[in-house]
Amino acid sequence: MNGEKGKISSGVDPILIWLYLLLVFIGVTAIFAATYRDGDPVVSSFVSFKTDYSKQFFFLIIALVLGTFILLTDSKFFTATANLWYAAGMVLLFLVFPFHSPIKGTESIIRFGGFQFQPAEFCKVSVCLALAKYLSMPDLDFSKQRSQLIAAAIAIVPALITILQKETGLALVYFSFFLVMYREGLPPTILIIGFSIAVMIIASIVIEPNTLAIILTIIAAIVIFLNRRQIRKRRSALVTIVFVWLLCVGIQRFAVPFIFSSVLQKHQVERIYSLFGKDNPYTGAGGIAVQSTNIKKDNTADYNVRQSKIAIGSGGFAGKGLLSGTQTRYDFVPEQRTDFIFCTIGEGFGFIGTTILLGIYLLLLFRIVMIAERQRSVFSRCYAYGVAAVFFFHIAINVSMTVGLAPVIGIPLPFISYGGTALLTFTILLFILIRLDSDRQMVLR
Amino acid sequence: MSVFNQSRSYIIRILFLLVFITILAQLFNLQVLSGKYEKLAQDNAVLRNVVYPARGIIFDREGKAILNNTIMYDLMVTPSQVKNVDTAYLCHLLEIDTAQFRQRMIEAILRNGRYRPSSFEELLTPSKYARLQENQWRFEANGFYLQPRPIRVYPFNAAAHVMGYVGEVDSTIIARSGGFYQPGDYVGRSGLEAFYERVLMGQRGVQFLIKDHKNRLVGSYEKGEFDTPAIAGRSLHTYMDIEVQQLAEKLMANKVGAVVAIEPETGGIISMVSGPNYNPNNLTGSEKKKNYSKLVLDVAGPLLNRAIAGTYPPGSTFKPIGALIALDEGIITPFYGYGCPGRYYGCGHGKPACTHAGGGHAANLRLAIANSCNSYFAHIYRLSVDSEKFKNVKHGYAKWRDYVHDFGLGVTLGIDLPGEFRPNKIREGIPDTTTYNRVYRNSWNSCTNLTLGIGQDMMVATPLQLANAMCLIANKGYFYTPHFVKRIEGEKTTDTIIKKFRTKHAVLTRIDNAAFESVISGMQDVVEIGTARVAKLPGINVCAKTGTAENFRIIDGRRVQLKDNSVFVCFAPRENPKIAIAVIVENAGFGATWAGPIAALMMEKYLNDTLRPESVKKVEYISSANLMPGWLIREQYKADSVRGQFYFKLTKDSSYIKKFIRKAQPPPKKDTSAPRPRLVFLFIGETIRQEDILRTNKKTNT
Repeated sequence: MNGEKGKISSGVDPILIWLYLLLVFIGVTAIFAATYRDGDPVVSSFVSFKTDYSKQFFFLIIALVLGTFILLTDSKFFTATANLWYAAGMVLLFLVFPFHSPIKGTESIIRFGGFQFQPAEFCKVSVCLALAKYLSMPDLDFSKQRSQLIAAAIAIVPALITILQKETGLALVYFSFFLVMYREGLPPTILIIGFSIAVMIIASIVIEPNTLAIILTIIAAIVIFLNRRQIRKRRSALVTIVFVWLLCVGIQRFAVPFIFSSVLQKHQVERIYSLFGKDNPYTGAGGIAVQSTNIKKDNTADYNVRQSKIAIGSGGFAGKGLLSGTQTRYDFVPEQRTDFIFCTIGEGFGFIGTTILLGIYLLLLFRIVMIAERQRSVFSRCYAYGVAAVFFFHIAINVSMTVGLAPVIGIPLPFISYGGTALLTFTILLFILIRLDSDRQMVLR
Repeated sequence: MSVFNQSRSYIIRILFLLVFITILAQLFNLQVLSGKYEKLAQDNAVLRNVVYPARGIIFDREGKAILNNTIMYDLMVTPSQVKNVDTAYLCHLLEIDTAQFRQRMIEAILRNGRYRPSSFEELLTPSKYARLQENQWRFEANGFYLQPRPIRVYPFNAAAHVMGYVGEVDSTIIARSGGFYQPGDYVGRSGLEAFYERVLMGQRGVQFLIKDHKNRLVGSYEKGEFDTPAIAGRSLHTYMDIEVQQLAEKLMANKVGAVVAIEPETGGIISMVSGPNYNPNNLTGSEKKKNYSKLVLDVAGPLLNRAIAGTYPPGSTFKPIGALIALDEGIITPFYGYGCPGRYYGCGHGKPACTHAGGGHAANLRLAIANSCNSYFAHIYRLSVDSEKFKNVKHGYAKWRDYVHDFGLGVTLGIDLPGEFRPNKIREGIPDTTTYNRVYRNSWNSCTNLTLGIGQDMMVATPLQLANAMCLIANKGYFYTPHFVKRIEGEKTTDTIIKKFRTKHAVLTRIDNAAFESVISGMQDVVEIGTARVAKLPGINVCAKTGTAENFRIIDGRRVQLKDNSVFVCFAPRENPKIAIAVIVENAGFGATWAGPIAALMMEKYLNDTLRPESVKKVEYISSANLMPGWLIREQYKADSVRGQFYFKLTKDSSYIKKFIRKAQPPPKKDTSAPRPRLVFLFIGETIRQEDILRTNKKTNT
């Protein structure tokens, strides 16, 4: 549209660029606020590459260079190499197993020299591209179950590999791609069933097992009673109801205990239970469910969220000001430069600050959805929705966990949390979108 | 193309919006609605550190510090830094075993966490401190260090009851102070330390410090904007003479009783001793708790200040006061005489008896005082209360009682020490008419309480009150409320606390000088030719009065008459009184035997500044005499057994019985010094006593 202007700026969405710059600026400032120690020389430590904010600053420069390169790349390159990206991402994910270096309970990081790299983070770009590529195939009929399964597999396979690397939080991000599939016609029943299962799992955490079983049975009985005429006509209705009832009880009785005792790690189970203010009942030896009336409560899971809530809550309406927050300045909130960076903003700038930040994020998401909808090419649209879904999941879960609405899942806040890989990944995700959007008149395949 | 499923884009947008609204609602709840997080954050990160200033010093009249500050050391430990410590050697230095070492480390971690120092051993004894100091290099790098801590010290080991002690505040003090004190604060718990607490304590400073998540202090909060500096406590200058005080304490060793010496001119207290005494330094430093419980459990009550809280019948020492009342009332003149035949027959029963008979020993007031004539003073008491000025004896008595109150007897004088005698239902001092109405069912007259005139009956007074009454006589009609503090260092107009000690109480205005002179001459005669010859000092005219007061005590559920209390009051020199003294030694017999010499030695020391060689010998003799009442041992044994039994029942641990009953003392027999007969108190001073006893004994036998 603006073909007369320079090569890079033609068709580039200025709002996204501005939002991006605003967010990374907030990010570096927040990391500075969280890690700056009184008396350090500000300017020299910013270029020293020794402090966290200085490192983030350099990562930002790299990210900007990378973004420029992406904008200079032909947009067809991404459609053409989408599957290659996916393959590369998978290879990197598998390379983790022999080459990872164990750091703080995770097995997902490859280290060479002084540099750390997390393929699970990067792989989001691959999946986003590959899924868009698959969904934009001209002869694809997405209403077929087979293609739905293939699309789901594209997203879920990396997720499963990530779970094996003990990064359950990052793995959950891949489930956000169902949003893309939903947009492209995935039947809502699947989402409804998925949502129901989630409700069942939460219910089986919150409600005592036997009580829940009785409640389920009563609900089933009421449903049978209300539909007694239809049942008289069609036996299969009764079978369906009984099947659903069996499934619910099965989830509640066997699936949830199995997942909590065998699949998830102890600290993750604790985090989930502490979110609901309950003790983890699966602390017995060998994963045997023990009613924990007399087991001493382990407060570590609780501690992070409590400190985080104190930090955010103490910010009040207007906040304490930059570098004045006592909670974030003196390390009360763990991981505050990475996963709990939102606390720094909450304490320093109060409700006004957090509202503005969330407003910027919402603007970003809406802008991406708007851009998605104006694409002529299905690939671009799918890709844009993928980006929106990933950002949305990251923002929603990260902020929710700092305010105590979601269990503590270690995923970063886009553009703000400290971490090179994350910043680069999000930059790549966004700039590919900007590049694709600048060629929105083209039909890319 | 994109028309297909486009409506779902709106559903997705609504989903985004809903999630964001939920998060914003929670943020609104946390940051705007809920106020508790700010407080929680403060508690998390800000440490309120109270800085205690040095307490004020207490000086005697010559500027010697009786109560001072010194430094003792706490051994502090930072648990996280404890590495490669020669534990065995450290335990050896501290005289503990490794189990105790581990226990203390755990306690330290529980108290302040691993990263902040907490005390490992508080108030090291000088020997332990010396040992640790020598080996400091061994432990310094490993988390152990010595921290100085100011404590109180009494350089003369004297004046325990007067100075008092400091102790940690308890819940009642905290509640009463309305939040001024906080747990862990030290506060004066008795004596001048308590009375002048606000002067001595100075102003506590407050420091706000920032701590991090490991409880380490990382700096001051808001650059010290909210900090207040500590201001040192102000010192007190007292009237005390520490040398006289030390002498008096030495003389009162192993005696139950009290000594008060006052400067009549000012009301300033020169010396105050209560026996049994204790070393005030025992209640500071590392052994404090152990010593304190020992003192508390002692039935002799060494923590009780008998000088201001002990009540004794004044006995004959009351006689000059009774005379002054009659004089002020205009009932007698100094020339009033009474023909005493050896007994007082005014009430028909010939009581009380008198030590003298005839010879005109009560021919005038001066002679009556010199001879301590019981009849004379019983008689003028009757004259005073039965005066025609009053409707009846009750009015007369009420008026007489007011007089006695004016003398400072039976009232709270308001000395600058806490815990002074306060008249109550049980100990009225001078009984009210209602008390007599109750006891004698409304029918009583001046004969009923006749012995009030000679300082007996239900009359009791504290040694302080007696000394104060002596001041009144020495000053010829006025006194200042007795007090210790002459001035507060840097005194301000807001220091109202000592204002009341500077008002003169002129209570006797109607007595002319001549009448006073006759009373005072009588008292001088007591020293020159009467019962108090022991108090004679060369070159100084001493005026004195001895007293020998009967007293009773309930022992093993029976009222028993004990040996008389030795009472002695005096002032000197007559012409220009510098010192007035009251001495009471419990169960020590005649006033002149023990109480008199004690007062005499104190006067000599105070007025002449030195003691004559023969006086020094006397000091040794008196101080080595043990006059502790015999019943104390038995009472102690009883109290200990009861306590031992109580803890045994509570804990089922028989070692408590052993712990409480002191092994050195075998179960003593019943006190033999107390008179045996049960009903003896009914027949005081009568020859028929023996027959009566025999008669009652026969009755009980048959």
